[in-house]
Amino acid sequence: MTTLATRGHGKKPRPRRNTLPLHAVAWIVGAFILIPVLYAVLGGFKRNSELSENPFGLPTSWVTGNYTDVLASHSFWLQLWNSTFIAVSTTVLTVGVAALAGFVFARFAFRGREVLFTLFTAGLMFPFAVAILPIFVLLRTLGLLGNPLGVILVQAAFGLPLTIIILRGFFRSIPGEIEEAAIIDGCSPFGFFWRILLPMAKPAVATVSVLAIVGSWNNFMLPLVVFTEEANWTLPLGIQQFQGQYASDTARILAYLVLAMVPALGFYAVAERHLVGGLTAGATKG
Amino acid sequence: MTTLTRGPEAVKLPAPAPAVKRRGRWLTITLFVLPALVLFLLLVVAPILVAFYASVFRWNGFGGLPTNYIGFDNFTRLFGTEIFTRDLWHLLVLVVFSVCVQLPFSLAVALLLNQRIRGRALYRLVFFAPYVLSEVITGVLFSLILSPGTGMANQLLGVFGINSDWLADPDTVMPSLFLVMTWKYFGFHMMIYLAGRQNIPNELVEAAQIDGANSWKTFRHITLPLLGPTIRISVFLSVIYTIQLFDLVWILTQGGPAHSSETMAVTMFEYGFKRSQVGYASAISVVMFVLSLVFALVYQRFVMRRDLEGATTSIGGRT
Repeated sequence: MTTLATRGHGKKPRPRRNTLPLHAVAWIVGAFILIPVLYAVLGGFKRNSELSENPFGLPTSWVTGNYTDVLASHSFWLQLWNSTFIAVSTTVLTVGVAALAGFVFARFAFRGREVLFTLFTAGLMFPFAVAILPIFVLLRTLGLLGNPLGVILVQAAFGLPLTIIILRGFFRSIPGEIEEAAIIDGCSPFGFFWRILLPMAKPAVATVSVLAIVGSWNNFMLPLVVFTEEANWTLPLGIQQFQGQYASDTARILAYLVLAMVPALGFYAVAERHLVGGLTAGATKG
Repeated sequence: MTTLTRGPEAVKLPAPAPAVKRRGRWLTITLFVLPALVLFLLLVVAPILVAFYASVFRWNGFGGLPTNYIGFDNFTRLFGTEIFTRDLWHLLVLVVFSVCVQLPFSLAVALLLNQRIRGRALYRLVFFAPYVLSEVITGVLFSLILSPGTGMANQLLGVFGINSDWLADPDTVMPSLFLVMTWKYFGFHMMIYLAGRQNIPNELVEAAQIDGANSWKTFRHITLPLLGPTIRISVFLSVIYTIQLFDLVWILTQGGPAHSSETMAVTMFEYGFKRSQVGYASAISVVMFVLSLVFALVYQRFVMRRDLEGATTSIGGRT
């Protein structure tokens, strides 16, 4: 009781005195983050001439044409679809393949296990940029240039190390008694994996999935070298091309940018917990 | 043996034909690991080995594997050019700025958000948001903001009489690049620090305060040392990332003006994909790889060794 009382006593007056400077700093940092985004959102509603005269204020007349033009364009939706398709496929492949391997690394004792596992963890140290040239040559040889599969397979391969590490850690934490019970009840190893382990590992699976989706969604270098035809472009490629094409039409580029931010930010709002959890875990693991 | 005491069901466990079980076990292991292993060996390990192999050839990237062996000529050529020393210098500048400016800034903001201030959940959400936006979106947005004519930066700073073509002036291009990196990445480091800070028991901080330590002393002698492992990892990630920095630079400047913001990855891309000097570009890749690896090994050996011994952080707090 006494400790609680002194704690409460020692604590209460402090934040009250301190919050004003704290808030001031938070507001400055917040402004640093938000002003560029607000500039883009508002800029999308302006005419180009107005952008240079009145960059910060609200638009004098809200021009919706920039946004509606982008929303009416076939290429924007195509890029959105391509990005979504590639991100989802990458995620399913990465998580599926990594879960199987993580299961074996977590629950089976066999010779060579640690060597294999170390090989995968070493993959965390391989910079993607180092491999891009041979990957390009390989994909060309396999006829996968211009094919979404080329991007999906490579992204999945580079996503494996972190995914396997996180999933293995989680699979290990599930008590052995559950496995014993399942096997006694006649479960095959795959049955145990599919019907018991994966459902139990939902939080970890959600986290690695979020990481894979965000990684794929933001990837630029690989799609840049794999896709030459416009029909295959993902959003990052589309934005870059759009900027080149409409170089002088700043307001229109801003509208495109803002619309391209929406899916990422929306996804972030929904999956924030898993993303942050995964990154901090991934960071400490890496 | 211990299972015997558990009950009759457990006794039955080892009974079914061991030979069949064994084979089934290896079959499971093989079938489950093989897809990951094939994907990983074919698309991660092999390409990196090929990059090493190709780096000793003159090769335009066509016609199967390279044949025109030239020894270490690509490397001597690389180390002889000014571009290479410039890239290294850019790497060093960005690393020093990141470690000495961006990371302390992230740490300060993390500690700020660890205080009980109203709306801190919202602040966290906002500060981390740029990390989710792709580097292309970030790059294009800032190339517009920093552009000389209509850009917001000049209009804002024009009030103070400052005016520049930020990305086209060799003197301002690196600071501009660094600013964009900070905008995008400080939230990521902030989150790592916040997670690290939350692993420090509040009792320790409170005990120090009860003993009469002021905020600075508490930070200096309690928070900072206990955040050590987190800070070392954040520095590590920051350096490894900077060695491979490509997307942002490519979008903002393509390495220009006159190579003044070029990174190794940009140089590699330029030679590999624009000029079809795949052998030479592979040599640049190899240097990038060796830099990362040497840095990682040295850093882990001398800086992170203590941390790795006790590292148990994982999802859900378990390993």
